[in-house]
Amino acid sequence: MVDERVLTVPGSYKEIRRICEFVAAGAAQAGFDETTIFHLELCCDEASTNIIEHAYGEEGVGNIVIRYRLSDDDFTIVMQDNGQAFDPGAVPPPPAIAKNEASAEELTSQLRIGGLGLHFIRNLMDEVHFTSDRRQGNQLIMIKKLNAS
Amino acid sequence: MAESIVNIYVEDLKRVELVRVSGRIDSSNAAQFDGVLKEVVSRKNNVVLEMSEVDYISSAGLRAMIALLRECKKHKGDVRLATPSERVVEVLSLAGLDSLFEVYDSEATAVGSF
Repeated sequence: MVDERVLTVPGSYKEIRRICEFVAAGAAQAGFDETTIFHLELCCDEASTNIIEHAYGEEGVGNIVIRYRLSDDDFTIVMQDNGQAFDPGAVPPPPAIAKNEASAEELTSQLRIGGLGLHFIRNLMDEVHFTSDRRQGNQLIMIKKLNAS
Repeated sequence: MAESIVNIYVEDLKRVELVRVSGRIDSSNAAQFDGVLKEVVSRKNNVVLEMSEVDYISSAGLRAMIALLRECKKHKGDVRLATPSERVVEVLSLAGLDSLFEVYDSEATAVGSF
């Protein structure tokens, strides 16, 4: 069983809800529970935001193509754009702030460094790959196993 | 097309600004959320965010909350959460920021904590 769907939307923040709903429908079909569907929505939201802000630099510059593929073993989401190459692997994880006495300076540092979205993607997906070439543009491939514990 | 909707109601109490937030906070409306929080912090440095009806929040929403906390801390104030939804708690935990905000199980106790 292999089912594949594709959605193309303008690179705009207001499209994020549509992207999430598209992926959530596929994830529900795959049989994921509500929490996992939320995780997949969150990853696609964060990836889309990164495409708009880092690959394209702003809204309205190019399209985002979202493709998901449901196989017997996994649910694969591919997010594609034609902006600047942006390698998620090059971004370090954000520093954890493990106390509520964090100073204003620590919070400023947290805001400046960013990378929270990528941190979510790395932690919530089973596999994450990034490829970039002239023909296909940038591709972020996120895989969730169907039977992961 | 469904767009993300966030509803924000602000109550200016004696010692605290109470902000009731509901709906979905993502990159499409985080600037709106951030704008309201900036207005709030211009009035008082102690803020309660009531977030029981927030059914979705991304890192964009979280950044607005962190920016609010930073501004409050700069002026010796604080931001406390009342009855955050499961999604809010989970996203804070995923970010490693779950101990950044004091959490209360009712709006009244959160407001009364200041």
